[in-house]
Amino acid sequence: MQVQFKVNGKPVSIDVPPNTLLVQALREHLRLTGTHVGCDTAQCGACTVLVDGRAIKSCNTLAVQHAGCEVTTIEGVAAPDGTLHPMQAAFKDCHGLQCGFCTPGMVMSAIDLCTRHPDAGETDVRELLDGNMCRCTGYQNIVKAVMQGGKAMASASPSAT
Amino acid sequence: MGASEFSSLPHIGEAIKRKEDYRFLTGGGQYTDDVSVAHQAHAVFVRSPHAHAKINSVDISSAKDMPGVVGVLTGKDIEGKMGGLPCGWLINNPDGTPMKEPMRPILAINKVRFVGDHVAMVVAETVQQARDAAEAVMVDYEVLPALVNVADAAKKQSGVTLHDEAPDNQCYRWTLGDKSAVDAAFAKAAHVTKLDLVNNRLIPNAIEPRVAIGCYSRSSDEYVLYVANQNPHVERLLMTAFVLGLPEHKVRVISPDVGGGFGSKVFLYPEDVCLTWAAKQMNRNIKWTADRSESFLSDAHGRDHVSHAEMAMDENGKFLALRVHTDANLGGYLSTFATAIPTILYGTLLAGQYTTPQIHVEVDAWFTNTAPVDAYRGAGRPEATYLLERLVSRCGWELGLSQDEIRKRNFITQFPYQTPVALQYDTGDYHACMDKAKALGEVDGFASRKAESEAKGKLRGIGYSSYIEACGLAPSNIAGALGARAGLFECGEVRVHPTGSVTVFTGSHSHGQGHETTFAQVVAARLGIPVENVDVVHGDTGRIPFGMGTYGSRSISVGGAAIMKALDKIETKAKKIAAHLMEASDADIEFANGEFTIKGTDKKIPFGQVALTAYVPHNYPLDKLEPGLNETAFYDPTNFTFPAGTYICEVEIDKGTGEVKIDSFTAVDDFGTIINPMIVEGQVHGGLVQGIGQALMENCVYDSETGQLLTGSYMDYAMPRAGDFPNFKLDMVCTPCTHNPLGTKGCGEAGAIGAPPAVINAVLDALAPLGVKDFDMPATPHRVWEAMRKGSVSPLQEPQQRAATAATQGRPV
Repeated sequence: MQVQFKVNGKPVSIDVPPNTLLVQALREHLRLTGTHVGCDTAQCGACTVLVDGRAIKSCNTLAVQHAGCEVTTIEGVAAPDGTLHPMQAAFKDCHGLQCGFCTPGMVMSAIDLCTRHPDAGETDVRELLDGNMCRCTGYQNIVKAVMQGGKAMASASPSAT
Repeated sequence: MGASEFSSLPHIGEAIKRKEDYRFLTGGGQYTDDVSVAHQAHAVFVRSPHAHAKINSVDISSAKDMPGVVGVLTGKDIEGKMGGLPCGWLINNPDGTPMKEPMRPILAINKVRFVGDHVAMVVAETVQQARDAAEAVMVDYEVLPALVNVADAAKKQSGVTLHDEAPDNQCYRWTLGDKSAVDAAFAKAAHVTKLDLVNNRLIPNAIEPRVAIGCYSRSSDEYVLYVANQNPHVERLLMTAFVLGLPEHKVRVISPDVGGGFGSKVFLYPEDVCLTWAAKQMNRNIKWTADRSESFLSDAHGRDHVSHAEMAMDENGKFLALRVHTDANLGGYLSTFATAIPTILYGTLLAGQYTTPQIHVEVDAWFTNTAPVDAYRGAGRPEATYLLERLVSRCGWELGLSQDEIRKRNFITQFPYQTPVALQYDTGDYHACMDKAKALGEVDGFASRKAESEAKGKLRGIGYSSYIEACGLAPSNIAGALGARAGLFECGEVRVHPTGSVTVFTGSHSHGQGHETTFAQVVAARLGIPVENVDVVHGDTGRIPFGMGTYGSRSISVGGAAIMKALDKIETKAKKIAAHLMEASDADIEFANGEFTIKGTDKKIPFGQVALTAYVPHNYPLDKLEPGLNETAFYDPTNFTFPAGTYICEVEIDKGTGEVKIDSFTAVDDFGTIINPMIVEGQVHGGLVQGIGQALMENCVYDSETGQLLTGSYMDYAMPRAGDFPNFKLDMVCTPCTHNPLGTKGCGEAGAIGAPPAVINAVLDALAPLGVKDFDMPATPHRVWEAMRKGSVSPLQEPQQRAATAATQGRPV
């Protein structure tokens, strides 16, 4: 069936079987392979994307449920000229990634987290990252990156806070 | 160039941000599942639902006529047409007879031996069609009793036989050390401390599941296998030479970005071979992506030891002799390096940081109806460290010596040090690590913190672990004498381009370790060029010389050393070119900071000019020197490297719930020369969380009767999450490795090796007032609560007893 939504700011229309998961639509139909699949029980969070600004696990929802929505994937986060989003920059600066596989989902969750909880402290960040697993970093530098990225986001758009 | 000269070069020790991060942060990484090839079909594997069963028949008649089905393969299709998956390490029994090495077919022939064993491969146009057809494959199983726990296997009373070649399920017995000398030392001992313990079974769980795409071109008779793998050349060698009998030059293995490995992607798996073989049979390119449930069932697992250890001491707590017996679970088949893990990488590490003069270790390795067990981060060394550091702590408690004192009294201080278990440590400073860890961990304040916890009604404990590991695998001749069936060198090619930028081709493989940055730092430092002018290529047998891949914290110490050797050759040749250009003698040319100078003069030319001259050889000694600046080197280490350190963990335990909270964790490591401290710290963080995860939460559980995997998803297998642990306190000691040109020792596994005993020793320290003397991982709230209630060792925790309920590790959870 036909699904129309906006992905990374651009209107798209795809013809998919009704049981197509959002992550399959993104990866297989739109070839946006930055969104990853790490499990089959919606635990790992590697597939996290933003739908209308809120982080969701795209492996756990059908594409057709998001008709008319605005979907943002990791490919749509940096500026059009390739400049990293403050959260992406913070992950690089703090060494908040190693193999990079969980990273797109982690960054999307972090952006949502810091938008909704601009004043989150370390303990809050650790708890709010509960839905995203990383096997490489031990989380310490991810937490550091989220705190730093959140501050940078707030100063980049003071109105958001 | 020597290690001390190297460590003083610019960029060495600099926390340069990673070159690879931009693509990973913007969705530009290319993992195997992101690769799609033309004419691609999809495979789904039919897996055994039984731990142990005879296959009476496999009926594919309905499946092969299902919509979209390209083909279905079963054991009958491969029987007699190829070899089994090889095991890369031969272990001999004490009597000289070889280990039992039953065939491991890529698809089960007549029998399945673990839940998840491969029975058939269904290939269809879409994944959905392949799944539907896989459900239509009818397998008639005759279910057999299963042997699950290693402790049960060791009793030899199960009546179960997995492989006819090993009627009692024993793969081998392996011993190391002088038994009679150990017995004599025990006879004279003033005190003997004994310990039974279990090293719980783990599932590696890289967040990227395994993926492979087998491709075949009829026109060129060439294969390409894309695979999430840590060592593409070894994958190709094993597959072509031992299983399929294909010429290597017709097979290219590409491991693009790989989403974590931790050992589990070192091995040649049945799926990889199936896809490659079937690509030709079906004349299709075939992709398979494991779902997480399949990963739980079929990735090689780790650990799973049941051990008994005894330490003989004199009246001053000086270690006289160590005696160890271990039963190791190898699973249903021999995985690629399975046999080396509980032997070569385990028994040889049992000296730890101590001068114990006599050690004898005996290992019995068993087949069970569980997934194959192989290397997982640390691989044998965590098992050795856990056993030894638990035992040493108990020695201290029994003798009334403090935890640092019992260790310090026995630390090795003279190097090189020859252990009684084959290894020779080149260097180290164990007292420095201990002293630094105690200061950083603020051990002096422990008593007051304990009093504060008690005032809140909580228990507090402190635990130590002084680990050692053997990394930088490995001197090929020594490894060969010990049973290795492969070399363990590494290759490096340094290709200087005409304009002076450089591409490095390395046999090491990065799947999170940041080689693209660290290796570039090494090259940039040597050649005096910007780090951004150096790119690193890995993971493609079509682009790099034959290399041995990444495992055992070997990349910088072996792969980096190969690059250093290639750089030596580059420097030698470049000096000749520079000498020609400056009309001087080769011997008078010096090279530093990217400039060639004539000794004692101010005459100089930059590296870039020499590079250009090498490729535009108009003014060039063509009669004496080939054009070009491109050198390859193979480096075979002369010894292992020996990272070491002391970890101190402080836990607080809730008496009401048994919840263990890590209050602080201090890690002081000696990795020798540090090239990029940011990356090294990241490696330690990750290792620590895997190690603490093993100690507190992770546990692979099979039902002990049926062999069903009970922890088969992230809802059942506890993975550490961001909120589980605090920030760690890290520091370093540096005694450079004496036998490689960088002075590096490797840092990838330390955390996972050193952390578990520090945590459990802290738990035991906290629980001591309640009379708890023994405790096995994981220290989950329920198990801790149970131990607190009983005030003593739970009968369920006695090792080598038949489990009453579910267990993988010789005892119930």
